[in-house]
Amino acid sequence: MAYLDHAATTPMLPAALDAYVAAARELGNPSSLHAAGRGARRLVEESRERVAAVLGARPSEVVFTGGGTEADNLAAKGIFWARRDADPRKRRVVASAVEHHAVLDAVEWLGRHEGADVTLQPVDAAGRVDPAEFAELVRAHGDEIAVVSVQWANNEVGTVQPVTELAAIAAGAGVPFHTDAVQAVGQVPVDFAGSGAAALTLTGHKVGGPVGVGALLLGRDVPCTPLLHGGGQERDVRSGTLDTPGVVAFATAVEAAVTEREEHTARVAALRDDLVGRVRAAIPDAILNGDPDGRLPGNAHFSFPGCEGDALLLLLDAQGIYCSTGSACSAGVAQPSHVLLAMGADDGRARSSLRFSLGHDSTKADVDALLVALPGAVERARRAGAWKTPR
Amino acid sequence: MSGGVDSAVAAARARDAGHDVTGVHLALARNPQTFRTGARGCCTLEDSRDARRAADVIGIPFYVWDMAEEFHDSVVDDFVNEYAAGRTPNPCLRCNEKIKFTAVLDRAVALGFDAVVTGHHARLGADGLLRRSVDLPKDQSYVLAVLTRAQLDRAIFPLGDSTKEQVRAEAAERGLAVADKPDSHDICFISDGDTRGFLESRLGSAPGDIVDGRTGERLGTHNGAYGFTIGQRKGLDLRVPAADGRPRYVLSITPVSNTVTVGPREDLAVDVVTADRPIWHAASDTTDCEVQLRAHGEVVGASVSVTGETLVATLKSPARGVAAGQAIVAYRPDPGGDIVLGSATITAGARAESHA
Repeated sequence: MAYLDHAATTPMLPAALDAYVAAARELGNPSSLHAAGRGARRLVEESRERVAAVLGARPSEVVFTGGGTEADNLAAKGIFWARRDADPRKRRVVASAVEHHAVLDAVEWLGRHEGADVTLQPVDAAGRVDPAEFAELVRAHGDEIAVVSVQWANNEVGTVQPVTELAAIAAGAGVPFHTDAVQAVGQVPVDFAGSGAAALTLTGHKVGGPVGVGALLLGRDVPCTPLLHGGGQERDVRSGTLDTPGVVAFATAVEAAVTEREEHTARVAALRDDLVGRVRAAIPDAILNGDPDGRLPGNAHFSFPGCEGDALLLLLDAQGIYCSTGSACSAGVAQPSHVLLAMGADDGRARSSLRFSLGHDSTKADVDALLVALPGAVERARRAGAWKTPR
Repeated sequence: MSGGVDSAVAAARARDAGHDVTGVHLALARNPQTFRTGARGCCTLEDSRDARRAADVIGIPFYVWDMAEEFHDSVVDDFVNEYAAGRTPNPCLRCNEKIKFTAVLDRAVALGFDAVVTGHHARLGADGLLRRSVDLPKDQSYVLAVLTRAQLDRAIFPLGDSTKEQVRAEAAERGLAVADKPDSHDICFISDGDTRGFLESRLGSAPGDIVDGRTGERLGTHNGAYGFTIGQRKGLDLRVPAADGRPRYVLSITPVSNTVTVGPREDLAVDVVTADRPIWHAASDTTDCEVQLRAHGEVVGASVSVTGETLVATLKSPARGVAAGQAIVAYRPDPGGDIVLGSATITAGARAESHA
């Protein structure tokens, strides 16, 4: 078995799992006032401080959520609602064209149901937003923009965005800048204060923590209307009883991922470079998608001309190689990746792509196993693709 | 794996037989929301989830293959065009021919698979002969008879020796939640079951005459000849009663003049059936056998001869409701399940001179 889909989810770190189990044995709702509640509250607040400390945030800026999708929705919708309510002219929402669907679909929903004017900022062939173009947009429409959302790094092709530059441009016009850093934390240096972002999304299960726990780092002065109403936990911005063991395990994983980042990424990037080089040698017409340099250390994303990504996936799966087409499914049917289309790829190239993503437990043996299976799979997938071409 | 009980049990049996099985669900709707939303179809998201869950229980990989374009081109468009041409198509047969045992099979073979397994009720044993299922009311050999030798060589039908009841019981034993799922009956791409409405939305309204087959008298009008099928009695809406007071039936549909011809039941009878595009497995080009002229239709004795691209069947007793576009399937009666000798697409039915 070779697991090359760490960008989808990565195994829990033993320390995070141990922390989860230990905390799950304890009783107490962190909102309760008695000793049991205070014990749970202490675990939550210590976790908040640990997360804040390694990400350049203040503890009060950490809003725990039920994962990345919720944090993205809270940022996009919550900041839009709050800013538009304060000033009805602020109806424009800006997002990059290559956002994860958690942002993209939230933004499009605002357009359909809340009267937002949605601007999808284009990207270049590497998947990168051009700061000069963005500056122009902000110059022209700054006083209408309610919120901007540009991911720190792309989940499909791994391209890292010039977040600090973009955030500074937005801040210059007084526009809150949100960044989805789900794929970035633990992979590249992420410093909330240093980035200039108003809000930042992260999630546990991409860094060795549990699924279902994440956070929105939200500046104290950033207005945000809640999505979830209830008990008023988490700064009145996010209600719901806090998942104490989840939060503890999340903090453990985030702390480990960030503090061990340099060592981890040096190792993973070397493995990834080996993978890329060998894939190119074995399949000379394979196209490496994304920024060749400014990309996540664990990401390798290729188009294999003449193949369908889902046929390749099936063939590799059958040989115990786990990877992803990286793009979303609609009704279980693979759609051409909106990310690759935004990068200027044609439909065929967008459908012929496959993502290999490495993580903390990846080894050379995983890459070896891939290279044993891949050339035959590509050959077969090409034959299988031929039936679709007009005869 | 449609999401129904038959394909789930077929997959499980294929796996138990030692095959390396991968479940495939076909996405056939261009826009899944436009297809049926109930639990009776085979094309909804719910059906896809049922199929996935069954694959999980059986323990096999599962993928959805997007065949929407192929299905639309080969089955839906064909269905509409056939009606427009005055014929009565069988879309399930066409789907077996063009989708399951062409598009899916070709892709599967290219990917390294050996065969396509389906949950059809028909037997295909070591002798390579396609036979009726033991469950005659559920037998689907009629819609499989269109398959060529090469297609049959790549087909596995694990359910032919079982009744539907046995398949359901086995599904329950295997813990498959689809054990009690109702059978699908209707045409999967016509979500509300209203075939005439579906055709009207595609072909528009085309008013024409309904005429008496014997006298040529104009008896009424219709909104589109495609809405009629040979042998149809209901829905003619004729204002003029027949002279003899007996019911009238659709005898023929003539697209060129947009005319529907009706007459008494006895005028429906034909005893010579001509068909084209034969798929013929029997050793001899001329044979005495039984023929079936529509799905779940009656079986009549016939003498069948195949010459080039034409099949002619001389029936031993007249048949009614023989519609162009339907398949004629020839069977040789056999205690081990009637054997499919071949099939062809009906082009015309006629009354032999001697009976006239």
